Amino acid sequence: MTLKNLRWTPSLVIGTVLMAALLVLAVIGPMVWGDAADRLNPQATHQSASAEHLSGTDALGRDVLARTLAATRLTLLMAFGATAIAAVGGILFGAAVWVSGPRVRELGLRLIDVLVSYPAVIFALTVTAVLSPSATTCVVAIGLASCPAFARLTTNLAAGIANRDFVSTARLLGVAPGRMLRRHILPNIAEPLLVLVSVAFTVSLKALSGLSVLGMGTQPPKYDWGSLLGKSLPDIYVNAAPVVAPSIAIIVAGLAGGLIGDGLAAAVHPDARGRGGKARIKAVLAATEPAGRTAPDDALVAVDGLSVSLPDGTRLVEDVSLHLRAGEVVGVVGESGSGKSLTAMAVAKLLPEGLRPDAARLRLGDLDLRGEVDPKRLATEIGIVYQDPSASFNPTLKLGSQLTETLRVHGDTGRAEASAQAVEQLRLAHVTLPEQRMKQHPHELSGGMRQRAMIASALLTKPRLLIADEPTTALDVTVQAEVLKLLREANERDGTAVLLISHDIGVVTQICDRVLVMYSGRLVEELPVERLRAGEARHPYTRALLAATPEVDEDKPLAPIPGRPPQPADRPAGCAFAPRCELARAECEEHRPVLQPMESGGAAACFALDWDLTPESVPAAADSAASEGSTA
Amino acid sequence: MTVPSPPEDTPAAAAPVLELDALDVAFGFGPRRRQVLHGVSLSLAEGRTLGLVGESGSGKSTLAKAVVGLVRPSGGRVLLDGDDLAGARRDRLATLRRRVQLIPQDPYASLNPRMTAGEAIAEAIDPRRGKLYAHRDEVETLLGKVAMDPDAADRYPNAFSGGQRQRIAIARALAVRPEVIIADEVTSALDCSVQAEVLGVLRDLRAAGPLTMLFISHDLAVVRHVSDEVAVMSEGRIVEHRERDALFTAPQNAYTKTLLASVPRVRA
Repeated sequence: MTLKNLRWTPSLVIGTVLMAALLVLAVIGPMVWGDAADRLNPQATHQSASAEHLSGTDALGRDVLARTLAATRLTLLMAFGATAIAAVGGILFGAAVWVSGPRVRELGLRLIDVLVSYPAVIFALTVTAVLSPSATTCVVAIGLASCPAFARLTTNLAAGIANRDFVSTARLLGVAPGRMLRRHILPNIAEPLLVLVSVAFTVSLKALSGLSVLGMGTQPPKYDWGSLLGKSLPDIYVNAAPVVAPSIAIIVAGLAGGLIGDGLAAAVHPDARGRGGKARIKAVLAATEPAGRTAPDDALVAVDGLSVSLPDGTRLVEDVSLHLRAGEVVGVVGESGSGKSLTAMAVAKLLPEGLRPDAARLRLGDLDLRGEVDPKRLATEIGIVYQDPSASFNPTLKLGSQLTETLRVHGDTGRAEASAQAVEQLRLAHVTLPEQRMKQHPHELSGGMRQRAMIASALLTKPRLLIADEPTTALDVTVQAEVLKLLREANERDGTAVLLISHDIGVVTQICDRVLVMYSGRLVEELPVERLRAGEARHPYTRALLAATPEVDEDKPLAPIPGRPPQPADRPAGCAFAPRCELARAECEEHRPVLQPMESGGAAACFALDWDLTPESVPAAADSAASEGSTA
Repeated sequence: MTVPSPPEDTPAAAAPVLELDALDVAFGFGPRRRQVLHGVSLSLAEGRTLGLVGESGSGKSTLAKAVVGLVRPSGGRVLLDGDDLAGARRDRLATLRRRVQLIPQDPYASLNPRMTAGEAIAEAIDPRRGKLYAHRDEVETLLGKVAMDPDAADRYPNAFSGGQRQRIAIARALAVRPEVIIADEVTSALDCSVQAEVLGVLRDLRAAGPLTMLFISHDLAVVRHVSDEVAVMSEGRIVEHRERDALFTAPQNAYTKTLLASVPRVRA
């Protein structure tokens, strides 16, 4: 978090402005109001508020407002001093505990536990009582009393950072503890500590004022806001005016510290606060006419001109048209950021909050997915399998109740009937001991079994479409093979159409009839799987992807794709792959190619398809494909 | 699971740099004690790259940790040029450790976000005082080895792609001039095109000079691409260890065969 990209939330702005005003006051206060604050007036003691003395006068006839303003400097200095002692002492102590050996560390941590649990104010009172009250003693006392909080936060945060790879790497390199702390630990925990500093300022101010009110703080002739308040408190029922100015001053300064802390915390965790109202988009707006091919009318899933945009208008998915026929298995492949998951989630109406889908057409069967959709039909007609089987089940509930939930809520099925169907579905998904599994919690199943259970759960409502988003990415290769087989089985048994999302071109080739290739939010190629298997991809990106993929059956040199995909906001107007494409010409940068169907089946969005290219200029994929038949 | 049979054509161990001798690792005590490595013996000769494949839980990462000293073996020895790493005293361990360098899996976690690429590499050259200006030339040479521009030294990790970060992590490991490099799933967090970039750098480094590397991955295709010889792990044991082409074209062990058959292939 640098100052440049700091998010200026309202609380941070208000807090900073207040604090700046107080600092100005601290500088000029004693100079401007110093004389007025000390001017005795025996004729005007214990006065109430008047035009002359806005906050009245004290027992010696001095103007309380002037004294409050003049006391700003000492009060703030004391609060800053206590905060500095707390921060420096606490962070040093915490850091020292963290870098010492395991035994000392354990002892130090327990000591911090004890100190944190001991009330800070009582500790401070004891210290001031022992060291005779004065401004300095109470600053030291409050500072020391707040040390444990910093020490605790430092050790906790350091423990979190210590598990990161760069710290263990530094340790393997032989970096000494002191340097490790200075270079690796402290810079990476600075933000939460900074938040604590501003909170500690408020707490110190409060505690210092408290001590002064009790007469344990600053001693005459010095005075701070707390002692001004303390002097006027006994007469509050007779003359309340002198209480007002110091009270407001303490409140404003405390508020400034708190607001800054709040604002910094929000800036450190951008997700925690400051999120605007829910931007849930119910209806999909009609988009511009889709370019290129559109989905046939008899398709089960028809998507035309789908775009998914951020609130600022950046299109993460741009003008994607695709379709699935009933019973078809279609794979969407692409690298991270290609928009493959967002496309699938737009179909399932499960886009993350704040993302806006637009489409000329977006339907499943007779169900228009652009407007409000009957939640029951949505829940029963689309089944979803996610990447991480350990995160897709609720760990606290038994599988039985989770598997039957959709059926019981949306399927009007009784408990026993739903349970029987779930067991049957688990059996079909080759989950061992299906009856027992219903009574188990998710953690009792292996990763592979959980993903089978997830697939069984998704298929329970006999959906027309199953969306599997990287369903095997978290699984081992042997389990992956079985899970993929399972998806194909479900498709062949029930005729469920499957939309399989994967980053792995090998995975989609295993079970799909047709493969869609996405790049930078756009669909660049669509091809029957036979053509992919034969290495006959036409789009330069698909070919480059194949050339970059290592094969287990041969030792071919890999061709990395130079450069990296454009950020969605900087996506070129022309072909998004053009900057990395070895065939690109001026035309590619100026105009966006649209998917054009090819005689051989499939379609590709590339101008080069119409060019007369000599075989030498074609990327490597085709060549290695030709020589490859024997090894398979 | 198959019993580890002594592999017939184990790669000739001419002057092993790294040797694991009946290495046992166990976690926990009493009834909860779980043995993760069962008498693993391996030897890695100078200038060779040994690919170690296995599925999650097979113990391959534990093996890496035991070699660099992050995990203490319960039995057996880790020998580096004949020096026992596992039995080394604390003060000797620091110097021994520098002779083996680990490239971690996640390039987003392995670089300190508050240090420039150059500072990170300079620290590897001299962990005590390492300042970029003092080692500028060496840092730039190292960056050149992993095909990065010299001006990358002055940029922070967030300016780099995953592949570039991983290349910086490789340069940092090379900076120590270690005898053995351990690459633990270094391409698993990367996209396919980026993975090719990192694998290409590793291949070039092997071609450029003697590089002794233990390359750990769950991805058989990736292992085939970078290794001279391959060992397959399952449930804490080495089930097959042979020259690369022999293992991929004529696997002997049943588990190896299953593993090879399960790999999804684009071209069937």
